[in-house]
Amino acid sequence: MASTLFDKIWQAHVVDVMPDGTAVLYIDRHLVHEVTSPQAFEGLRLAGRRVRRVDATIAVADHNIPTENRAGGIAEPESALQVATLERNVAEFGVPYIPVVDARQGIVHIIGPEQGISLPGMTIVCGDSHTSTHGAMGSLAFGIGTSEVEHVLATQTLLQKPAKNMLVRVDGVLPAGCSAKDIILAVIGQIGTAGGTGHVIEYAGAAIRALDMAGRMTVCNMSIEAGARAGLIAPDDVTFDYVRGRPFAPHGEALDRATAYWRTLVSDDGAHYDKVVILDAGTLVPQVTWGTSPETVVPITGHVPDPAAEPDESKRGQMQRMLEYMDLRPGQALAGTRIDAVFIGSCTNGRIEDLRAAAGILRGRRVAPHVRAMIVPGSGLVKAQAEAEGIAQMFIDAGFEWREAGCSMCLGMNPDKLKSGERCASTSNRNFEGRQGPGGRTHLVSPAMAAAAAVAGTLIDAREMA
Amino acid sequence: MDKFDRLEAIAAPLRMSNVDTDKIIPARFLKTIKRSGLGIHAFAGLRYRADDSENPDFVLNKLPYRQAHILIAGENFGCGSSREHAPWALLDFGIRCVIAPSFADIFFNNCFKNGILPIVLPPAQCDALMDDAESGANARIIVDLAAQTVSRPDGEAFPFEIDAFRKRCLLEGLDDIGLTLEKSPSIDAFEARTDAEPWRPKIVLEG
Repeated sequence: MASTLFDKIWQAHVVDVMPDGTAVLYIDRHLVHEVTSPQAFEGLRLAGRRVRRVDATIAVADHNIPTENRAGGIAEPESALQVATLERNVAEFGVPYIPVVDARQGIVHIIGPEQGISLPGMTIVCGDSHTSTHGAMGSLAFGIGTSEVEHVLATQTLLQKPAKNMLVRVDGVLPAGCSAKDIILAVIGQIGTAGGTGHVIEYAGAAIRALDMAGRMTVCNMSIEAGARAGLIAPDDVTFDYVRGRPFAPHGEALDRATAYWRTLVSDDGAHYDKVVILDAGTLVPQVTWGTSPETVVPITGHVPDPAAEPDESKRGQMQRMLEYMDLRPGQALAGTRIDAVFIGSCTNGRIEDLRAAAGILRGRRVAPHVRAMIVPGSGLVKAQAEAEGIAQMFIDAGFEWREAGCSMCLGMNPDKLKSGERCASTSNRNFEGRQGPGGRTHLVSPAMAAAAAVAGTLIDAREMA
Repeated sequence: MDKFDRLEAIAAPLRMSNVDTDKIIPARFLKTIKRSGLGIHAFAGLRYRADDSENPDFVLNKLPYRQAHILIAGENFGCGSSREHAPWALLDFGIRCVIAPSFADIFFNNCFKNGILPIVLPPAQCDALMDDAESGANARIIVDLAAQTVSRPDGEAFPFEIDAFRKRCLLEGLDDIGLTLEKSPSIDAFEARTDAEPWRPKIVLEG
């Protein structure tokens, strides 16, 4: 029978199946961070259990850590305790750990692919919903809760039922000024935040094939914002070229044998998908969110929708609440909306390609005087690369704050936060109420759009600065 | 994990769709290394005003819903992050059952690991329960897991679906790690078969 890519990876990892169809699924890679693991290690300790496969596990701190003055340690006592607890746990259980001061430190979803830890065909989990990022490698990667973190630590497996298959095919050629972020925002705008619930999304089509690995990671990263369990892209030569030479990837003859296997990881002709969505990349314009759900997407040339036009009473009420929270009026043009802050970074857009795209907009331009703009590389290696290429200096000269790697202002649990009422053009993944700090207002955009907004001091169509 | 078999309780009506996990518990409260004590932060952004005083308009601040053990909500409840702090916060507040037309996958899964029963019912039935819940303390709703029914105060019962394995774990309060460890021979055999595959290199950090 014709199988999808998801079916193939799933089948290759089934250890056992229970009568009701629940599978014991083997996990190849377990990425651990400080926020969702302390209770899991404590559970192991209380039950006298060990970590079954320390050689399939790697830990790093990213959510809590400050992105400046690293040498000064972590000032916030609870954050310091959480990181110290991770360090104690990895030492006690023998889990490989990349320390905060290591050059390779960074956001867990940036460093997995960067280090060659995340590879095609693998099952990859982490106690973080944006684990879907690693699906860009052609792997089945998904976020889990802390109880499941403990389950994987103890057994190297998870109890799972198979997901349904969904195909998102993006045809055509992405126009200049648009990026992978605009593709995924448009997808979420079309299918909604619950459009992928219960499904694994496979992204295919010419526009996806044409993306580099960074772009594919951006697309897969936000699968969770479409409600999907995971997002993945069949590995191809772009993937194999990316993997070659990465520290933890196979080398030499092992790489050749692995690549031969990876080439089989494509959906068969005639494979069944429970849902199919088709988009034309050729018609895209840069996207921006106006509300407090990632599905509230409009083109930057568009306007804030009018709740009065929404027939469903409950949806109308939610739109009104969103507009109130975002301090926007129905019918208002998004372009020209004054912003206070810009955040470029996160597991969605914190890779070197994202920083290059932002730098491409600057070219001698400066950040508007009233805007606080921050660039936070996704890893220490991305930071070093940007410094070596000279774009870090461009950012600094333009008036951006140039920070150390971490989750930073994506989620408001470290010192990088919006103040109440501040409006931010952000390359992150969620615009929920309070996500970037209590009362903060988030507009999700691409790196180029964020850089353009920093310069203009308002939301603006980045193509005007190209 | 506490068992879940039958629950007769006040239900709180939360008339909102797409309630995300940042809304259930904002990230700034995730800096704990414990599972307990998160109930005071549940729905913090809705429940408290800027000066940290209670918002009297929010449903869980009203009597009798302070004593609610059931939450009735709109579609796509629990979307967003994988944080298990969301079910921990609900549980610590006293919620043992959430009823909605649909849930986000990770949140749904996390509930079962903590003795919380998430129930999917058609929108019309959720609306009926929402109306019942709005009549307050007189409207006790009965959730019977063994029978797989939710009963309204007037006795009308709505059947619901649940995976057999999850039902058993909830009814018996089972630790699924213990259950999986019973499969260790199968896991050993899987590893013996696959460990040498070149596409599964081991992670070894130098130094």
